[in-house]
Amino acid sequence: MSPLEEVFREVHGRAVAVLARQLGDLDLAEEAVAEAYAAAAATWPDRGVPPSPAGWVITTARNRAVDRLRREAVGAAKLAEGARLAGEPEVVEVGAVRDDQLRLLFTCCHPALALQARVALTLRLVGGLTTAEIARAFLVPEPTMAARITRAKHKIARARIPYRVPEDADLPQRLASVLAVVHLVGTEAHSPATGDAGVRDDLLADAVRLARLLVELVPDEPETRGLLALLLLTAARRPARVDDGGLVPLDRQDRTRWDRALVAEGQALVRACLRVGRPGPYQVQAAIAAVHADAPTWAATDWSQVVALYDQLPPTPVVLLNRAVAVAELDSPSVGLALVDRLELDASPVLHAVRADLLRRLGRVEEARAAYDAALARTRNTAEQADLRRRRAALPGGPPG
Amino acid sequence: MTQYLLSVVTPSAGAEPPSPEQLEAIMARVGQLQTDMRTAGVWVFSGGLEAPSTATVLRPSGDEVLLADGPFAEGKEYLGGFTVVDVPDLDAALDWGRRTVAAIGLPIEVRPFSW
Repeated sequence: MSPLEEVFREVHGRAVAVLARQLGDLDLAEEAVAEAYAAAAATWPDRGVPPSPAGWVITTARNRAVDRLRREAVGAAKLAEGARLAGEPEVVEVGAVRDDQLRLLFTCCHPALALQARVALTLRLVGGLTTAEIARAFLVPEPTMAARITRAKHKIARARIPYRVPEDADLPQRLASVLAVVHLVGTEAHSPATGDAGVRDDLLADAVRLARLLVELVPDEPETRGLLALLLLTAARRPARVDDGGLVPLDRQDRTRWDRALVAEGQALVRACLRVGRPGPYQVQAAIAAVHADAPTWAATDWSQVVALYDQLPPTPVVLLNRAVAVAELDSPSVGLALVDRLELDASPVLHAVRADLLRRLGRVEEARAAYDAALARTRNTAEQADLRRRRAALPGGPPG
Repeated sequence: MTQYLLSVVTPSAGAEPPSPEQLEAIMARVGQLQTDMRTAGVWVFSGGLEAPSTATVLRPSGDEVLLADGPFAEGKEYLGGFTVVDVPDLDAALDWGRRTVAAIGLPIEVRPFSW
């Protein structure tokens, strides 16, 4: 990314948010911001980046929008709109910008939009990613992603999804939808479902950036800090997560390679959440990640603490699978295996990989080999496949796979 | 203000139809909801429909119009009834939709009118 592109990405969410309110139209806001970027790209390299790039972009974009409304004015209403906009104050207060950003986030993450559409819109409008970048991140053709974004914006306009912060009564549920979108971006970045990357660094950085924005915008909700902590503690493992093109699972990661600064920031956030004493699923998951970050090795992990934390989460199959892994360490592989075999999660490659590891430790080599094969058949991520082949080849006896 | 159509998504088969007592309770709740909508000044129109088997479809055919017995499409669900509300935005329409779900116990589709 060029320095100019970095500035654009940084200011994009703020600029679109402010203009969407002033113009009352997301599309018009986006187009005006794009025009302002074009103007910036033409002048900034010579004259330098202005002291407030966001302010410059917002003002320029608004002027362009006013010009356009005047040019295209077919009736008095549009002319009046242009005149009203021209009278908007030049300097937008920081607090007002935050409100606009919140409005934009809640609109992009409205529950009347499909989850995939929410993710795409949030990355596009709040995160400032291009449609091509989002398409690459989720491994869909660019026209498909463009159609998804267009359809979502069309629904916002035609069904009149309101551009505002929800009322207090609706806030917890609506905030949960925003958190889920940012969490999904982080999950897709850390464990891509398909493709050849072990970790998508750009996307992980985007998830952390969105989570930081959420903490800034909704500081009183501990779940926003919990989510940021979870993403930071996950990102901290990044340097140890990929090795020779293969994924390295947590149990075999070289923990000296973890990013200590990210660990420290994540753990500080977890401690701050504990002090508030209003736990939620993201805070608990962050606390689990913090227990792992405390342990010098997999074997030295405080497994009773990990199991106790998993017990606080809603017992989804994935949570129960991770809990079974911890029980296998705390108690024994056979107890863990019994828990795993009770789960109905046949489509999950992780379940079969966990089974394979437990069977291997119990000396049931042939069953372990079959379980690795089952895991391999269920993942489309080549880095994950490479790791599974390594583990299968390391089984005693028998030909390497 | 925008008008929204709140459609009652009624299962065609498989589901047990409500008993007379249940139906009475549903109609009482629907009546109350309609009163609430009128009081709030959002109610435009509403009605319950007869079964799809009572429908007749008219199709253009050259200069003529052909009649066919039955609904235009046989589906797992049919339009059992509807309400039209006039409200500021989708959130308000969804609120009334939620209350309609609570009154009837069936899925409700919320869809804006384009004109």
